[in-house]
Amino acid sequence: MVNNNTISKEKIWEILGTVTDPEVPVLTILDLGIVRDVVVTNETVEVVITPTYTGCPAMDMISMNIRIALAEHKINNVKITSVLSPAWTTDWMSEAGKQKLKTYGIAAPNKNFEIPEDGVECPLCNSINTRLISQFGSTACKALYQCNDCKEPFDYFKCH
Amino acid sequence: MTDYLLHLADTTLILSQRNSEWCGHGPILEQDIAITNISLDLLGQSRNFYQYAAELISQKNGNTVTEDSLAYLRDPSEFKNVLLAELPRGDWANTILRQYLFSEFQFILFEQLKNHSDTQIAAIAAKGIKETTYHIRWSKEWVIRLGDGTAESHDRIKAALSTLWAYTDELFIPAEYEVNLGIDFDIMKKIWLEKVIAVFEEATLSIPENIVMQTGGKNGLHTSELKLILTEMQQLQRTYPGAEW
Repeated sequence: MVNNNTISKEKIWEILGTVTDPEVPVLTILDLGIVRDVVVTNETVEVVITPTYTGCPAMDMISMNIRIALAEHKINNVKITSVLSPAWTTDWMSEAGKQKLKTYGIAAPNKNFEIPEDGVECPLCNSINTRLISQFGSTACKALYQCNDCKEPFDYFKCH
Repeated sequence: MTDYLLHLADTTLILSQRNSEWCGHGPILEQDIAITNISLDLLGQSRNFYQYAAELISQKNGNTVTEDSLAYLRDPSEFKNVLLAELPRGDWANTILRQYLFSEFQFILFEQLKNHSDTQIAAIAAKGIKETTYHIRWSKEWVIRLGDGTAESHDRIKAALSTLWAYTDELFIPAEYEVNLGIDFDIMKKIWLEKVIAVFEEATLSIPENIVMQTGGKNGLHTSELKLILTEMQQLQRTYPGAEW
């Protein structure tokens, strides 16, 4: 057991930057913007997170992965607090995260398409000649699109 | 307050359970995924309400009530969900229309609750309203598509409407535990009716006449359907108390 006095807040943030989203493994939880605060006291390390979608089943797994990542650095007295307010928004996703999503083949959330119908950019050929197939995709956070030019179906990370 | 939280939790849980019956049975894959995504959102909302209720009940009584014990170990007469949520899924038209009627209501309700003096209720509502926006958009499109579609789709959604309409009044009749919460049910009903009627017009549907309204769910008086849902949903915890994954 490491005395928490020797652990800096920066170190905790650094470790949290290695924890990825189980559904979209190219994104870290920092890219997603779901870590709201880190509080280090003598006894515990508290990580404050906020859920993306209310029913997102990945949240339980993310909590577990945070514990595992910290335990690997011998940080065991960990408290994970979930807060709902202010509600998570895709605005909190980092620019680096959006770029990683695109490379992964998922169109990043774009505020200009609050009602995503037309003009979502195909992550493969960059065409904006795309169409909405379904507002609901393989996970709660995504909608299903198809590119009319390269014909590839792709996921769009919905604005939230 | 806990009764009201249980009412909100039960309604979203039971509707979630009903919608999840489509998992693997949707008319096409994309719509199967859509209705089960909605089911998941509702389950998430219900967990938030149960967790908060469990916290308040445990504080008050000093016992350990959990979200799981509230969902899995209460009897039908203790459930406070609206009757609309427990009705059988019926055909696709019936499922769609129920979701639409409920989502329009839930959006208006969450609009009120997000400014509630209880900050946790306000937070849950503010979070949920983003999801409900998608549910409305999706179900509304389907109501219009079916109503203004083929003769068969029109007949089916019309039949669904004549069944479901009787269960809509209950949404706006406050139970005793809803009276002093600062919720304006009259305003909600007025806004809801305006929205629903506008969509019905586009869908070439009209509100059925001479319907006798059904109520009771909010106070634990349910149709026999609820018992069947709970028997299935609670079976594992009833058979193997405390079982965990």
